[in-house]
Order: sequence, then structure tokens, then C-alpha cells
Amino acid sequence: VNGGLLLGAAVLGLLLGGVYGLMASGLALTFGVMRVINVGHSAFVICGAYLSYELFVRLHVDPFLGLLITMPLMFIIGVILEVIFLQHLKEDREQFSVLITWAFALGAEGVLGYFFGTQLVQISVSYGNASFAIGGVQIVYIYLYGFLFGALLMGLLALLLHRTTFGAALRATVLNRQAAQLIGIDVARVTAIAFGIAAAMAAAGGALYGMLSTFNPGSWYDLIGDLLIIIVLGGFTSIRGAFLSSLIVIMFQEVLSVMISPTWSDLSFFLLLAIVLIVRPNGFFGIRAREA
Amino acid sequence: MQAYTVWADNVNASGGLLGHKVEMRFVNDASSTSQVVTNYTTLISHDHVNFVFGPFSSLLTIPASEVAARYGYAFVEPSGGSEAVFNRGLTNVFEAEPQAGFQDMLTFGDWLLSLPKSERPKTAAYATEDDPFLAPEVAALQTKLQNAGIKTVYHSVYPIELPSYAPIALAVAKSKAQVVVLGANLPDSTAFVQTFIQQHYNPKAIVSAAGPDQGAQWVKAVGANNTAGIAVPLGWLPTSNTFGNKNFISSYIKKYGGTASTMTVDSGEAYSVGQVLQQAINYTHSLSNKTIIAALHKLTFKTVQGNFSFNKKGIPNGHVFLGQWVHGSLQVVYPPSLAKTKGLYPKPVWGTKGS
Repeated sequence: VNGGLLLGAAVLGLLLGGVYGLMASGLALTFGVMRVINVGHSAFVICGAYLSYELFVRLHVDPFLGLLITMPLMFIIGVILEVIFLQHLKEDREQFSVLITWAFALGAEGVLGYFFGTQLVQISVSYGNASFAIGGVQIVYIYLYGFLFGALLMGLLALLLHRTTFGAALRATVLNRQAAQLIGIDVARVTAIAFGIAAAMAAAGGALYGMLSTFNPGSWYDLIGDLLIIIVLGGFTSIRGAFLSSLIVIMFQEVLSVMISPTWSDLSFFLLLAIVLIVRPNGFFGIRAREA
Repeated sequence: MQAYTVWADNVNASGGLLGHKVEMRFVNDASSTSQVVTNYTTLISHDHVNFVFGPFSSLLTIPASEVAARYGYAFVEPSGGSEAVFNRGLTNVFEAEPQAGFQDMLTFGDWLLSLPKSERPKTAAYATEDDPFLAPEVAALQTKLQNAGIKTVYHSVYPIELPSYAPIALAVAKSKAQVVVLGANLPDSTAFVQTFIQQHYNPKAIVSAAGPDQGAQWVKAVGANNTAGIAVPLGWLPTSNTFGNKNFISSYIKKYGGTASTMTVDSGEAYSVGQVLQQAINYTHSLSNKTIIAALHKLTFKTVQGNFSFNKKGIPNGHVFLGQWVHGSLQVVYPPSLAKTKGLYPKPVWGTKGS
């Protein structure tokens, strides 16, 4: 395997990892704040992809610009779903949330299938195939934009979490939901907003995913496994962990794809998961949450 | 489903099957091999349908046809073409295509080797899904090209669940192979082409098992100016002067809109299933599956994909075409007797329609 190929695969993996990190961050946020395993999160990603696709095809709105519409819209949808279906879960939140969010995903797939059918589509922007060369490696603009945009949104989310009163309330809820309630934090409000933010992040991830891959209403099945593995490696609740682990995991996988074989890269993904869980059960960046 | 419906509409408009109105019943298998068994069992044993049509893909055809065999039903199907479909000792399975799927890609080899020896490519790269049906198609073509002196410079089998196909496409590009053979479907063949464009890699020829045959879906995904020279084995084409093709296309467009060029090969394959069954019923004047199965083994059928009969395993004995995108449309380039153009070789550079 020549060095140029390895370097090219590593760069591709790094940039694509940024996009996956963005998609996974919402999942980590939801689990951290709400103890909700949102297996429907990838369906939110696909909803976001379709919203961006529609804006692009019908109104010629660039997918990045379209996020000004799709992110608030998905935020509202997320808040409504949380208030109606999840807020009332008092016990066994992890278990019941899997069933409820699975229903979200199936519902979303059904609705999208009704309107769009099962044909594969892609957001084919004019700059989709443009690239430039650095040191013999072709850098594809759209991957670079995806990575930078993902990093920017993650940065903004970090600011929200660490520099605002709402962020402090949210972090307190992550650490101990009942204690947060006892010190006067409106946990119901915090969790609804957090779920909305996660849905909005999924919309952003969806726009990028839709530019990089073909998709249809059933594509959420392909995504959810990867996203769950990424947040497990990242430490379940850590948003920074989700982002960094996605960079590591996707880059690792892409490099192994060209170095050994794509089949081995897929297997190594799970091998990496097993090793990390044995050595660091809380993932790369996990903290042990204090339960009341 | 749409082409099956169009077939039923056309049959009913001309008086039905032996005077009976055709009513179609569709059930969703969600691409699940267990669901497909439940579906066909219900259709036959509970709904008591007269006939069943096959699903798409060999994966679903195998379990579904076994249910049909258990009940003595004929099983005419549109695209289950792997060797495994025909090697189970069943006598009720018939693939309504000119040639069985596992032989499809050889037509690309025939076309390539029909070029003057001095122009033929010297190297080839192969990448295929880890799929029990696609991988053997690619392997058969690889053997053919290697035997003709075309050296393999890259070969990879990849799982379909990868988050990105770009690294494999990158490896193909770095191999600088003159010919690229993809055992791919629409999502991965699209991703390969996009990566080749991004890497400024222009092989002399590209063939994909599927994807380029998906009409507007394919063109939208790769861009109208990037289709030129990409080849795909074809069973059906809207421009073919085959039996009932004009009527099929006009009925389809009338019902579902679009144009002939946006129709997929799948639709032609599905319509052929109906044509085959209809001719067997009309010939035998019977609705008995046992009688129909006997007729299916005996007759030659005229379909929108051309004429063919079946051997004792249900394998069709016709020939698929090699389609290639030329001047913005998918055209037959092989065999010469059916080709309207010689085809593009070498493939034009990305961004040109091949004029």
C-alpha cells in the first residue's frame, strides 16, 4: 500500500468523522441529559436530509443556508415529541425510551416513504465533486466543509453547555437528574430543550449526510448502529467524546479499508469497541454519572 | 409494483385472462427473508390467489420460490438470477429475463474483447459488494478478462454496511487501472463515480452491475455530464423494438408520469413476468399451476426484453444487452446485431457527454 493512498484514506476518514461526530453528538446529549436511548436519532438525521433535499430541489436553497430553516424546524419537532411521548416516563427510562424512539423512527420512515417513496436520492450541489490537491492528496471541498461545519456546531454547543446558565442546568441534569430537580432546576424544561437541540443537530448532520451519500427513508437503519458504537466509545454522555471518537473510529476504519481489506475494517470496528469496553468501560471520555 | 399494475391494467383492458379480470394483491416484504415466507404462505394458503409473481433479488426469490414449490405454484420472477436460485432442484422457478443474472456481466467482457487488440485495455480493477450474487458475476468477468491478458491490478470485496465507499474508490483510483468493474448497486456505484471525479481519475471504461440502469435516479446522483461511457448489463431498454414495449411504455407514462428515459430496468423486468404468465395461460387455456409450469418449460416467450425460453432449471436462454451512456442516454452497444452505436471507448473525461 503506498503512502499517498494511506494518507488520502486518513484524510477522508478524518473529514467524514467530523460529519459522523455531528450526527452522534445529539445522541450523546439525549442519553446524557434524559437517560433516553434515542434509537430513532438516525431517523431524525434522515428527516433533516429530506428537509434539506426538498429546499434544495424545489427552492434551490443551498443545504448549508437551508439549515437556518431545517434546524429550528427539527428543534420544534423534537421538543413536541419529547413533551408528548417521553416526559411522562418516570421509571425504566432507558428501556421504555428504546421502544418509544423506535416507534418515532418507524413513524418517520412511514411518513417519508408516503411522501417520497423508496427511491434513493442525493443532494447534488454544484460543488459536490470539486476538490483541490495538497501534497498529492485530493481534498474534497464538500468533505472539508462538512468537517468544518460540524466542528463549528460542536464548538457552539460546547459554548452553550459551558458558558450559559442553561448549560449549567443541563450539565447538572446530566450528572444527577434528581439532585438537579432538588436544587430548583426545571428538569422537564431542560430535557425538552435538550431533545430539541439533539433533533436540530441531527438536521444539520442530515444535510451533510445527504450531500455525501444517497439516502431513502430506510437509510436510518444503516446509520444507527454506527452512531451507537460511536457514543459508546465516546463515553455515552460526552459530546466531546462522541465527536473525537467518531474521528478516531471512522479514520481507523477508512485506513484499514485500504491497508488490509474493507471486510477487516468492518470487523475491526467491533474489535475496537470490545477492547475499549474491557479497558475503559466508560469509553474514551466517559464519566461515571452519580445516580441518586 | 408499478409495472405489475400496468400489466394487469393492460390485460384487463383487453378482456382479462381467459375472461377473468386480473386483480393484483401486493404485500410488503421489507426485504426480509422471513417476512417474504410469511407473505407468500398467506397469499397462497389464506388468500387463495390463482398465481404468484416473484419479488426482486435472489435473496428473496429463494425462500419465496420454496413456498410456491411446496404448494405447487408456478413462480415466474423478475430478477432472482444467482446460480443458487436455479440449483435447488425446483421445477417451478422461471427467471423472466433474457439471461440469468449470474452471467450478466460477461457481456461487458465480450464488448471489450471485440475491440481491436491494439486498443484493448491492459489493466483492470475490480471492487464488489460482499454479496453472494454480485461477487460471482464479477469473478466470472475477472476470469474472462484475465484469460484475455488483461492484468488485475486491484481487487476488493467490501461489506455493504460501510459508512463510506470513498476509501475503496480511492484505492481503485490509485491503482490507475484502465478498466473498472464494479459489483455495485445504485448507492455504491454512485459513490465510486463521485470519488473518481473528485480524484480526477479517468479510466478508459467502467461497468457496474447495477446503478447506471436506474434512469433519472442515477443521472441526478452523478450529474448529467458525468454519465458518458459508463456501462451496465441490461435486460430491458425503452428504445427496444421488442414485443409490447411501446404499449408498456405509453401505459406506464400515462399512469405514473415521467418519460421513457426515467423508467427503470426493474419496470421492464416486472412487466415481462406478466407477459410470460399471460402467454402460458393463453396457450394452455388453463388456470392450473401444474399445467402452466409444464407450458413454461416448453414455450418460447415474447416479452419487452426480447424473446426467450427456459431450460429445465428455469434459466432463460437469451442474451442481455450491454448498455452504455452515450450522448446523455442509455444505448445498446453490444451485441452488434442489436447495437445502434459502437459505444464510447475510451470513456470521455468527466464533465462531457461524449460528443
